[in-house]
Amino acid sequence: MSIETTPLWEVFIRSRNGLNHKHVGSLHAADSNLAVQSARDVYTRREEGNSIWVVRSDQIIASDPDRSGENFEPAADKIYRHPSFYDIPDDVGHM
Amino acid sequence: MEDKTPFINVLISLGDDHLILGHRLSEWCGHAPMLEEDLSMPNMALDLLGQARNLYGYAVELEAKGRTEDDVAFLRSDREYKNILMVERPNGDFAHTILRQFYFAAYMKLFWESVLKNGDGRLQEFAAKASKELAYHIRHCGEWVVRLGDGTEESAARMKAAVDALHPYTNELFDVTPDFQHCIDGGLLPEPATLRADWDASVEQVFQQAFLSVPEVPFPQTGGRTGHHTEAFGHLLSELQYMQRAYPGLTW
Amino acid sequence: MYSQGLIGADDKPVEDDAFIAAFQARIDAEEKIEPNDPMPEAYRKTLVRQIGQHAHSEIVGMLPEGNWITRAPTLRRKLALLAKVQDEGGHGLYLYSAAETLGVSREQMTEELLSGKAKYSSIFNYPTPTWADIGAIGWLVDGAAIMNQVPLCRCSFGPYARAMVRVCREESFHQRQGYELMMALAEGSDKQREMAQDALNRWWWPSLMMFGPHDSDSTNSDQSMQWKIKRFTNDELRQKFVDATVVQAEKIGLTIPDPDLKWNPEKNDGEGGYDFGPIDWDEFWRVVKGGGPMNRDRIAARKKAWDEGAWVREAANAFAEKQAQRADAATVAAE
Repeated sequence: MSIETTPLWEVFIRSRNGLNHKHVGSLHAADSNLAVQSARDVYTRREEGNSIWVVRSDQIIASDPDRSGENFEPAADKIYRHPSFYDIPDDVGHM
Repeated sequence: MEDKTPFINVLISLGDDHLILGHRLSEWCGHAPMLEEDLSMPNMALDLLGQARNLYGYAVELEAKGRTEDDVAFLRSDREYKNILMVERPNGDFAHTILRQFYFAAYMKLFWESVLKNGDGRLQEFAAKASKELAYHIRHCGEWVVRLGDGTEESAARMKAAVDALHPYTNELFDVTPDFQHCIDGGLLPEPATLRADWDASVEQVFQQAFLSVPEVPFPQTGGRTGHHTEAFGHLLSELQYMQRAYPGLTW
Repeated sequence: MYSQGLIGADDKPVEDDAFIAAFQARIDAEEKIEPNDPMPEAYRKTLVRQIGQHAHSEIVGMLPEGNWITRAPTLRRKLALLAKVQDEGGHGLYLYSAAETLGVSREQMTEELLSGKAKYSSIFNYPTPTWADIGAIGWLVDGAAIMNQVPLCRCSFGPYARAMVRVCREESFHQRQGYELMMALAEGSDKQREMAQDALNRWWWPSLMMFGPHDSDSTNSDQSMQWKIKRFTNDELRQKFVDATVVQAEKIGLTIPDPDLKWNPEKNDGEGGYDFGPIDWDEFWRVVKGGGPMNRDRIAARKKAWDEGAWVREAANAFAEKQAQRADAATVAAE
């Protein structure tokens, strides 16, 4: 069965200036103008934001979950990247 | 003291435009062509109904006879509603509904902007918010008019049919009743004729992209402003007023 | 959501014991499962079915209440009802989005709803003949839905849990709206009180049925609990609902239509709770299988909206296509 589909878009909202746009969900729209307008109607009905990004879902390149190990685990033991790794006397004050 | 009746009458007639169009739009909720529009159309309806409350609220306050917004909205006879005929037309298909919303929003936005420049102080408070709401209605409905006009053969035909059916009702947007003239003379309201050129231009701009043309209107349809309504209006009122008529005088 | 391209493109994992055990270990550790993570096919299928049903319920659920938008008795009530029914459309949309992360399209789910293959909550197959039904739905049906939905915010599947957080936040006004409406009726004239009691009489038992069959008869329950898609059993949630609602009814002087309803101090591990009478499961199954008063009408209304909207959706797609072609042509011309 073939069904005509309308493209899927991911929606990102910035809740206020100073914050990142954050992924909030998705919707269907034939083109980018309608996608932005629908995002406004669907995802900002309660003053959730002041800026909208929409990105076609099929345009997003995601990292491969099968490679999560090689991508992300090597960072786990690099404790010297964190301030708590370094011992400094308390009376030096905040650093 | 100056007689406020003409201004009150005009406020109510503008409130009627918003109530009746909001009511018509709300009929779509749950039946739209796509889920996204099931959210967009109620948003526009909520804007309109909110403005209707503002206008009625202001009117009954000026009137100071103890009527409420609901008395005005629900408890008049058909002749006492003074909305333009266009807003009471049955929804028809999506093309009709979207075009009507576009026509109305394009007019009211100009109206409110003009009030902001020079008009009644309290109305200016409503106008600031309303003109933003309507700017969105124009954009959203305008985008749809373009897409339907320049979409498929079927959508173009439907869009054209909507223009032919509804354009004759647009003249009434600019009609001036004696009460309205009184308010113009008093500096409370803008003169609709001065908005005509800009309204024509905003329609023309969208129509051009939509491959539509403005039809000649040899016989404009008017009558709502004097309380002479279409056949559809009584049916609309029978739904709108059902509860208040079936169970009079109760609190809900 | 995310890269749809990845879903199903990879080789399906071999579901040997080690795979299943590793997956269960992640669940037990309260890790969230995300769309592209390896998961057992049965987990995926369960979610597609459940989220799809949940989405359909929101969409079909717009109809019984939508029936009163044009007849709401005051402007305030009209705005509240319109906003609420609109919210339900939004909730359906969030849920379809969550299901789509699992590689099923909204169009496909819609076709399944319209063909009768997919189910939705049977509560929406009851009619709303009076204004009081709007109160009863908000108070009881949304109340029952919230009982179900709050634990779903912690469901193991990330997109479903996130959608539910949004839904629950928005729904907080729905039940209050309904209860306030019932309260106004209960405090009103005799006719209004009768209308309220009549609505409670009609909606009470179907609301209890919303939690699904008894745990002893529920086929999907155990596995869903183990996967932490569900956090409480049907009977646990139903009991919570009854305990919460009886007091609310008393407060506004309405009577729960159950002669067997009785406080039992032993219940809920000695905290006390209400015993209630037997549920008519024959009625439940009749409605689930399509024999409810409104099953046909609900699907017919959805089908009408979908079919009559086809030309609009086609036009939007055709326009987008033309725009893309024009942009290509312009690029070529510029070169």
